[in-house]
Amino acid sequence: MSIKKQFRDGLIAQNPVLVQLLGMCSVLAITTSLFNGVGMGISVLIILTCSNIVISMLRKIIPSKIRIAAFVVVIAGFVTMVDLLIQAFLPDLSESLGVFIPLIVVNCIILGRAEAFSYKNGVLASAVDGVAQGIGYTVVLVVMCILREFFGNGTFGAGILGRAGEGIRIIPSEYTALLIVLPFGGFITLGCLIAAMQWALKRQKTKNSDKEVSK
Amino acid sequence: MSITGLISIALGAILVENFILVKFLGICPFMGVSKKMDTALGMGLAVIFVMGVASMFCYLVNAFLLVPLQLEFMQTVAYILVIAALVQFVEMFLQKMVPSLYQALGIYLPLITTNCAVLGVALLNTQGKYNFIESVIYGITGGIGFTVAILLFSSIRERLDSTADYPEAFEGFPIALISAGLLSLAFMGFSGLKIW
Repeated sequence: MSIKKQFRDGLIAQNPVLVQLLGMCSVLAITTSLFNGVGMGISVLIILTCSNIVISMLRKIIPSKIRIAAFVVVIAGFVTMVDLLIQAFLPDLSESLGVFIPLIVVNCIILGRAEAFSYKNGVLASAVDGVAQGIGYTVVLVVMCILREFFGNGTFGAGILGRAGEGIRIIPSEYTALLIVLPFGGFITLGCLIAAMQWALKRQKTKNSDKEVSK
Repeated sequence: MSITGLISIALGAILVENFILVKFLGICPFMGVSKKMDTALGMGLAVIFVMGVASMFCYLVNAFLLVPLQLEFMQTVAYILVIAALVQFVEMFLQKMVPSLYQALGIYLPLITTNCAVLGVALLNTQGKYNFIESVIYGITGGIGFTVAILLFSSIRERLDSTADYPEAFEGFPIALISAGLLSLAFMGFSGLKIW
């Protein structure tokens, strides 16, 4: 399996959120500002890569009967490290993500990749898989954040850009749809994104099959 | 602890701050097990039970083990181990003592370990500094809120699959997410609710 194909899978063909439909809770809950999305995405990227590496190193030692418990312990260890680091160096991020950082432990993406990939493959491939899937997850989070922040708050990059981290205002505050930042908007935005992805994948498939027919 | 305080925790967990529709905890089983109403009910009952017992045990572990030993930073690891052990234990207990219920719950029981609502309720109990009774009440009512949401959603979804007419690209998951969004919009109506 080539590295290029792994990245393509992680970003598009096997995107963890849009195609495999894993890790919905955090995607829906925290995508209200760009700062949250980038922070959460990078945390998951780091944890996923580290746990993939460790699990693939231990894959011959862990008996298959207790593998889930072993995975969870490895993942929980890394999550605790990242949680403490964020609390120490980025207290703002820790406050706005709240309980969702420790909840990365039960994020299906990480457990899913451990079960489906790193328990069966070598260390290098697992590391690449972690990075690729983590980037796929981060990209979706960032897109969701940009959309929801734009329609809901009328800003771009809240928490990072602009004066006092308020973001750059694009829509005047009287004309924003606050609903999009609320839980309702999370469901609707993700639903539309997945629909767009299904539409694109289907169109590509029919195009490819058309080509084969014309040959 | 006054009764009104407990009632407000309960109402909050079931309606105002519903675990699924407002807090976004436990979306995976909410989406995965909501295709039929009877399996949704089974899952809901199992979650009520595990959330109640898990918040009880996690409170005890935190208060009598982690805090005296100053190991609070191990909370996440300790809680997930408690929950995994608990689910395993419940599974064995039901298999031996109440086989009919065990049969009804089937595969959903082990899946509860990775339900973020369960770990979430334990962490929220600690964050909110709830005492023992409050923790248990919050756990059980949070589970009831989960059940209410998943039951409502599964009945919508049964109809969605049989009669609804929607664009092709929305087939399957996206249209389910959109209807969950409308359900959460309805639950926002409870957001001003207070009992006094």
